[in-house]
Amino acid sequence: MDLASIVKALNLKVKSGEDKLNTEVRGGYTGDLLSDVMANSKEGDLWVTRQVHQNIVAVATLKDHAGIVLVQGSEPAKDTLEKAMKEGIPILISDLSGFETAGRIYNLLSKKTA
Amino acid sequence: MRVDEKPIYEGTFTVTGGNFDNAGEVSSNIKSVLKRMGLSRDVVRKASLVAYESEINIVSYARKGMIRLRVVPESILIEAIDEGQGIADIELAMQPGYSTATDKIREMGFGAGMGLCNIKSFSDTFLISSEVGKGTYLKMIIKTNNRSLNS
Ligand SMILES: Nc1ncnc2c1ncn2[C@@H]1O[C@H](COP(=O)(O)OP(=O)(O)OP(=O)(O)O)[C@@H](O)[C@H]1O
Ligand SMILES: [Mg+2]
Repeated sequence: MDLASIVKALNLKVKSGEDKLNTEVRGGYTGDLLSDVMANSKEGDLWVTRQVHQNIVAVATLKDHAGIVLVQGSEPAKDTLEKAMKEGIPILISDLSGFETAGRIYNLLSKKTA
Repeated sequence: MRVDEKPIYEGTFTVTGGNFDNAGEVSSNIKSVLKRMGLSRDVVRKASLVAYESEINIVSYARKGMIRLRVVPESILIEAIDEGQGIADIELAMQPGYSTATDKIREMGFGAGMGLCNIKSFSDTFLISSEVGKGTYLKMIIKTNNRSLNS
């Protein structure tokens, strides 16, 4: 499933990476501890987090994530957004909680592959 | 790794302690270098993690340091060398969950106490030594399983 379909289904606000919405989302990962995300997330994952500091862009770039979803309506820090635009990493905002956001993404992805 | 072997790539990257704004940049550069050489995704993934966690530890706990990268056909050598507080009890520091990260560091998502354990499990050879008040030295080797690299 591409990122655009998830953006539409969850009504996500697109803050950066508008031109990357055709990226294929292969899976997802939820985590706020960067060393956990570094070790356990995979290439093509959509990363759901409440972290907004610019370090999330470095992690998403290193891990080749499909994008980052910030939860509960959190806005990215200014530096985070600038870096994300430079690196071409989609940052999306969900108004839902982390639990609901991840749950809905999970449902969308498992429906597609079932 | 044979000492006399001519490397396909050799480089040193400096890391500044306390500067979280550019944290991860050195690892991103290292990842680009390795990707360009045509190393497998799995090898690049392992080396990127090892470089990243080493870099963040220097930024978090040292004054300054550097990451040295040396690639030969059979393996990647990554060394992280810093000048800083050092580690008093390495066995304790290696334990999953052990962290002395400050609140400021934790707010940015670091401080799970997993970095060193992950470095160890993602490398084929891992060595650590440290002197309190002087600094810390990490040496990691990742096998490439690849004999035909683009130089
Ligand atoms: N280069 C270093 N210099 C001094 N102390 C260090 C260094 N690297 C690690 N340490 C010490 O070892 C502890 C464990 O390090 P480790 O990387 O495993 O976890 P962390 O940095 O606390 O959290 P995480 O890496 O999961 O974000 C640190 O909290 C710190 O006390
Ligand atoms: Mg660490």
